[in-house]
Amino acid sequence: MSGYNFAYLDEQTKRMIRRALLKAVAIPGHQIPFGSREMPLPYGWGTGGIQVTAAVLGPDDTLKVIDQGADDTTNAVSIRRFFARTAGVATTTHTAEATIIQTRHRIPELALREDQILVYQVPQPEPLSKLESSRAETKRMHGLAEYGLMHVKLYEDITRFGHVSISYDYPVMVAGRYLMSPSPIPAFDNPKMDMMPALQLFGAGREQRIYAIPPYTRVVSLDFDDHPFRTTRAPHACGLCGASDSYLDEVVTDDRGGRLFVCSDTDHCETRRAAGHVGAEGVAA
Amino acid sequence: MAYVAVKGGERAIDNAHAWLAEDRRGDPAVAEIGTDQIREQLGRAVDRVMAEGSLYDPDLASLAVKQAQGDLIEAAFLVRAYRTTLPRFAASAPLDTVGMAVRRRISAVFKDMPGGQLLGPTYDYTHRLLDFALEVGFTPQAPAEMPAEGGEMPHVHSILGHEGLIEADASGGGEPGDITRTPLSFPAGRDIRLQALARGDEGFLLAMGYSTQRGWGGTHPFVGEIRVGEASVCITPPELGFEIDIGDITVTECQMVNQFQGSKTQPPQFTRGYGLCFGHGERKAMAMALVDRAMRAEELGETVSAPAQNVEFVLYHCDNIEATGFVEHLKLPHYVDFQSELETIRRMRADALREMEGTP
Repeated sequence: MSGYNFAYLDEQTKRMIRRALLKAVAIPGHQIPFGSREMPLPYGWGTGGIQVTAAVLGPDDTLKVIDQGADDTTNAVSIRRFFARTAGVATTTHTAEATIIQTRHRIPELALREDQILVYQVPQPEPLSKLESSRAETKRMHGLAEYGLMHVKLYEDITRFGHVSISYDYPVMVAGRYLMSPSPIPAFDNPKMDMMPALQLFGAGREQRIYAIPPYTRVVSLDFDDHPFRTTRAPHACGLCGASDSYLDEVVTDDRGGRLFVCSDTDHCETRRAAGHVGAEGVAA
Repeated sequence: MAYVAVKGGERAIDNAHAWLAEDRRGDPAVAEIGTDQIREQLGRAVDRVMAEGSLYDPDLASLAVKQAQGDLIEAAFLVRAYRTTLPRFAASAPLDTVGMAVRRRISAVFKDMPGGQLLGPTYDYTHRLLDFALEVGFTPQAPAEMPAEGGEMPHVHSILGHEGLIEADASGGGEPGDITRTPLSFPAGRDIRLQALARGDEGFLLAMGYSTQRGWGGTHPFVGEIRVGEASVCITPPELGFEIDIGDITVTECQMVNQFQGSKTQPPQFTRGYGLCFGHGERKAMAMALVDRAMRAEELGETVSAPAQNVEFVLYHCDNIEATGFVEHLKLPHYVDFQSELETIRRMRADALREMEGTP
């Protein structure tokens, strides 16, 4: 696009972001403040992820953008178009073909590889924000690895409900040191972060923070010995491809309680159907 | 029912944009509004967009107002997103508001003072009756004129300062910070606080300032003075080595005078709150000055208890571009998170119902 630099941001800004990224990779799970820029998309709509993607994107990259696991949700379409327009890079919906995947709220079902980067859009990078509103105070708590407050929150959940009631944005410990928000992915996706071969980068534009998980890093969801972390998904198989291990969206089909459960990861579902898997409501590909 | 995957996000977006363009134009039988008309006749809207968009350019701000259909936060957002791409050639010298060409200047603390009171173009004493003459349009009478008095108009605090009754200007303390380049961190210096407030949302600052008047962090304010006018922007290009005037900008400045009881080390003295914004924006400048003073509570040894005194609270929430983005992002799909909440609440209800049935 004329009048703008490759991938929109100027090179000085990209350098500043890359420096923050290097720092983030060197201190896994630690939030690095960065001079987040105003982007032509609104705050809260992926400005952090977009800035991180812009900083790591090269002309030979193939970009995939998903929102809720799907490539065709409007905001994913909008961000993918933004990079197609400002960087002219190849885009794809196939997880296996992408070198960079920008995501909001999901980790793809297909295991990622060493030559891929997963960029998360993060609304609230501070995992303690709901328990302590002051950032000056949470910074101190991270410095001292003082995470008792979060353990108390989990404990209180268990005493009240019999289990932890956090179903998404479930806090994790990274490399045994920093408590980290995995972004609002369902707790179902948390185990995928652990020892992932791909580099995981997190951008929070409005809150001006970047953090990272280097490849093959221990990521542990907080729990107790007698109440181990467990994931939940709708207890069904995908209506279209029959997958019984993927994360499902619940689609309301009528006003009499009719429901259809389908894979939230659209590429996963399409790939399975192309391979001949058919669910109860599906049509053979 | 066969499930049809929700494809076509791209087409939907294109169609939505086309509809938006038609909606923006309104009835094609009505003449299209020009950005020059917006600049000249909706000046206060343009000023607000420049202030909150953090870029002094009446033409771009007028375009933004037109493009945003008069949604001023959306317009400020357009200006901000443009501004962030601009190269920076130089930093200006501090504005000399003493020497500015004042067209309005009032003080609420002295009946008269050097430079005098100058009412200027103000809505203050208009009766808020809808003026139906404006519906048909009319040419206003030429206002009375008089020659400008030469000389500078000293700030009111410099008049009080001779007796040591009011605190002096804060010392510069080196280069001011810049929140558009360096992320906010706490404790935030007054330079950072004032920058954030100058870009901050008028409505938010108004409510915060108002809350201090109603007892949530009271500061006993008096309007030392408000002035509106044109100030010169000066830079010193390194290749020239001397200062040059690159143009005038319209600004509104408010100096608030506040009570201070004194401390062990300082005798009682008036303190100050400061407000400055692009364009003619008295409400904004006054609210900013109230909030600036409220946020100095800790520095002045006052109890910090009210929202307006909480620097983190004010600075993290005064930016309407950040706020509107995050509030409106709730429109984006959240089905994945909602699905996980559905499963959790179903489980919790099943547990609760089992317990209720179990009890006699």
